[in-house]
Amino acid sequence: MKLHIGLTGRGGYTVALVLAVAAPLAVYPVFLMKVLCFALFACAFNLLIGFTGLLSFGHAAFFGGAGYIAGHVLKAWGWPVELGIVAGTLASSVLGLLMGSLAIRRQGIYFTMITLALAQMLFFVCLQAPFTGGEDGQQGVPRRRLFGVLDLSSDINLYYVVLAIFVAAFGLIVRIIHSPFGQVLKAVKENEARAVSLGYDTDKYKLLAFVLSAALAGLAGATKTVVLGFETLTDVHWSMSGMVVLMTLVGGLGTLSGPIAGAIVIIALENKLGDLGAWLANATTVEWFRTLGESVTIVSGFIFIVCVLVFRRGIVGEMGGLLAWARPKAGAQETASAPAGTVRA
Amino acid sequence: MEIFGIPAQALLSQLLLGLVNGSFYAMLSLGVAVIFGLLNVINFLHGALYMMGAFLAWMGLNYLGADYWIMLIAAPLLVGTLGVVVERSMLRWLYKLDHLYGFLLTFGVSLVLEGLFRSFYGVSGQPYSVPETLSGAFNLGFMMLPKYRAWVVIASLVVCLSTWFVIEKTRLGAYLRAGTENPKLVEAFGINVPLMVTLTYGFGVALAAFAGVLAAPVVQVSPLMGSNLIIVVFAVVVIGGMGSIMGSILTGIGLGVTEGLTRVFYPELSATVVFIIMAIVLMLGPAGMFGKEK
Amino acid sequence: MKFKLNVTSLAIAATAGLFIATSASAQVSGDVIKIGFITDMSGPYADLDGPGGVEAIKMAIADAGGAIGNKKIELLVADHQNKADIAASKAREWFDQQGVDMLLGGTNSAASLAMAKLAAEKKRVFIAIGAGTARLTNEDCTPYTVHYAYDTVALARVTGGALAKQGGKDWYFLTADYAFGASLEKDTADVVKANGGRVLGSARHPLSASDFSSFLLQAQSSKAQILGLANAGGDTINAIKAANEFGINQKMKVAGLLMGINDIHALGLNVTQGMYLTDAWYWDGNVETRAWSKRFFEKMKKMPSMLHAADYSAVAQYIAAVKTTGTDDSDKVMAHLRKTPINDMFAKNGVVRPDGRMVHDMYLMEVKKPSESKYPWDYYKVVQRVPGEQAYMTKAESKCSLWK
Repeated sequence: MKLHIGLTGRGGYTVALVLAVAAPLAVYPVFLMKVLCFALFACAFNLLIGFTGLLSFGHAAFFGGAGYIAGHVLKAWGWPVELGIVAGTLASSVLGLLMGSLAIRRQGIYFTMITLALAQMLFFVCLQAPFTGGEDGQQGVPRRRLFGVLDLSSDINLYYVVLAIFVAAFGLIVRIIHSPFGQVLKAVKENEARAVSLGYDTDKYKLLAFVLSAALAGLAGATKTVVLGFETLTDVHWSMSGMVVLMTLVGGLGTLSGPIAGAIVIIALENKLGDLGAWLANATTVEWFRTLGESVTIVSGFIFIVCVLVFRRGIVGEMGGLLAWARPKAGAQETASAPAGTVRA
Repeated sequence: MEIFGIPAQALLSQLLLGLVNGSFYAMLSLGVAVIFGLLNVINFLHGALYMMGAFLAWMGLNYLGADYWIMLIAAPLLVGTLGVVVERSMLRWLYKLDHLYGFLLTFGVSLVLEGLFRSFYGVSGQPYSVPETLSGAFNLGFMMLPKYRAWVVIASLVVCLSTWFVIEKTRLGAYLRAGTENPKLVEAFGINVPLMVTLTYGFGVALAAFAGVLAAPVVQVSPLMGSNLIIVVFAVVVIGGMGSIMGSILTGIGLGVTEGLTRVFYPELSATVVFIIMAIVLMLGPAGMFGKEK
Repeated sequence: MKFKLNVTSLAIAATAGLFIATSASAQVSGDVIKIGFITDMSGPYADLDGPGGVEAIKMAIADAGGAIGNKKIELLVADHQNKADIAASKAREWFDQQGVDMLLGGTNSAASLAMAKLAAEKKRVFIAIGAGTARLTNEDCTPYTVHYAYDTVALARVTGGALAKQGGKDWYFLTADYAFGASLEKDTADVVKANGGRVLGSARHPLSASDFSSFLLQAQSSKAQILGLANAGGDTINAIKAANEFGINQKMKVAGLLMGINDIHALGLNVTQGMYLTDAWYWDGNVETRAWSKRFFEKMKKMPSMLHAADYSAVAQYIAAVKTTGTDDSDKVMAHLRKTPINDMFAKNGVVRPDGRMVHDMYLMEVKKPSESKYPWDYYKVVQRVPGEQAYMTKAESKCSLWK
């Protein structure tokens, strides 16, 4: 038996899928679902930054905005689950269209600042609007039955539904990247002027990428609302936008599976830092580790710094780099990763 | 007496308060603008260092018995030094990359700083009293204006205008502005540009710390005080023109007053009005109201 | 056979392994009685019912012997940072993974509303101590909620009623913009209007606001006689300080609608003398309360508030209920709590009504002048004892579907 370690391959995704299907046996399903939602959020975000080169610092607007819409229609209007999620996704697409058409007009840091400002506006709208519940948030969003048949109050049932949503959305992203549309996006990222000179209306492409990214981020947000049963201002706050940047950066900008790895790491960190601290404290008898649980912000910030300074390709990017180095005679390999460090100016 | 249906007393008092807030916006956005002008970095750290300035004032008082006036000098110096360290050890590796990485780095450092203060001090504010010499209030008839708030306006105006003067009207400022436009050429003239850059960063964040000490008796000294403000400060800088000094000062004050006015007529909008203005301004042109396109 | 591994799967598997390892330690255990306490441990309400509450609960567990029969009693504590989503997530995790039997809700009404819903869904006992909103036993009542110490209706009727009768006709509210502030403002406004007064307006401020000056100036320009502070903890303290700074307290009477002894301690008697407030319990009330407070003071170096006493009492009553019924089944325990009067250090002749409200006497207190205070923490004089039936919402007014 030969052990081939390659960078492509359906094999890899199959292994991941098997793990995902089996996971609820060992791990708390609600936690897994949360990870899946954030992974989708990060993948959607990565579509914009990793493959189109646009850094949006306001993606929480789509994530939380869709969550609020879904929560409202599910709870106050009594819509069925599938329609609620669709409603949320549609809402974030519209929001993406509005925000994108305003933001696309500018480049680089100005683009980022516009997304930040527009997202803040949405935050304050959500703070004031009666249907969001303001500081209280929306509570008690019901799960009910999928298509009137599958009882979602069981965490296991819901998990497989969420997994299916995730796989479908991820598959869509893969298709987008490998399509001619995706190639144009890549061209826009590497050299927009050249793409324009070749006759592409880059603004339209950028806007479409923005809307797609917003739609998928909204799908993630709406699904999360159904899973957890509530929606609060945390999901539209700019620190959530920062968090998705962190996840994508940690996992690997411009790689397909990077954001998934990044989401797993960051969510696990958030939830398990306390346990990790207790374990470290017991293992090393250094009592200070026990307070690690309260220090999620510090650890996240630290990871951010490390990633920006030395670890720019993220987990998946670095592993890809390492494997390439380990097999020098492998020849040209198809990678999905962008050249390290190029974020579009 | 009523203006637009609002009693003049309410209007004037909110305007005056708005002026006080505007002074803070002006000082903070001045620092961000100076740093952006020279380093091309949007300094997310500004909020956290403002918070640190306030905390140093509080710590100085409670642990060392150092009073307000001492900390007003000491805190900016300490924070300025920290800024120099951050710039030298981390930021300078990122200059050759897209300046969004600088933004992300400063974001990361701000998370660490805030997290550290939060784990030691919780999130509720520590009280810091107004220094004796500035306590009491002026009775203006329509409101009582605490003397301290008047001092805030005066101090920040003095600091802002002096900074503007140094940058726009002196030779040192000329070197700085030249260094922004063409660092290689300036270096060829024998000016140590990297040192200038480092010191500029240090100065910019020292301004933030100064604002923090000024703020300590006004707001509660809390680890979250910076993150509440920083996004608004960014908006001010963008509206005023990202590298323009006078732009940030005028916009900062203007925004404080605008917020105050909005609070009288339509209070729910007061938090959003700055972003609406920013979006409009950016739509019309990326350089903001006073800046030049980069 | 070629076996193609992949960076993707390696990365995912590696990171997945990380947390599988750490999750495996959590198990559901049936032979331990687990009590969970979720509150604000580090924010504006931390002094009201944070670390002090934890201490009070530990005292109750210790006094019960640390075990019921051969089952140990274990306490889990979490800080919700005044975020309802953190509270709900933690509570869900505790119910599903840790097998928590009874959840205690600390401060923050929004968090408690969320926890109450969750506890009802999972059919576990939820006792709300620190939160104020009367909604917990009104529109949002559940068969598993007990609202123990106080609520916004009681505060409104006792303080609001007293002030309105004194001649305070025109009110302006400074309200914390979330469930608690909204409830307190509404309930007090109802009392003011019932007494022939008017509400001239209200200014909503975010929880843990840093600067109250603009809200206070709005209040001043309304020309109301009374400024009602529909907030608590750090917000109340800062609002009162700012009111003094801007001279508002000379033009309007400042009424703190929820104040604890720790707030008075932080502000000092000079600032707070003569203020009215409603309290469920006073450390200096009688021999029993003084004895318990002394024990609390030794650990915390501060005198306990009504919330700390309520934490102790609620846990003690729960433990007693489990002991007597011989089970930790939520329905049986709730039934027992409803039919057993509560007579302990915290309340005399307290009764848990069908809507979940624990009804007991409330006290209208006045803050002493500095000259009247003879020893540390001697802050209150009791103006009036208001029987529970008068202080709390009556059956006729209640919207709770369980109490018809």
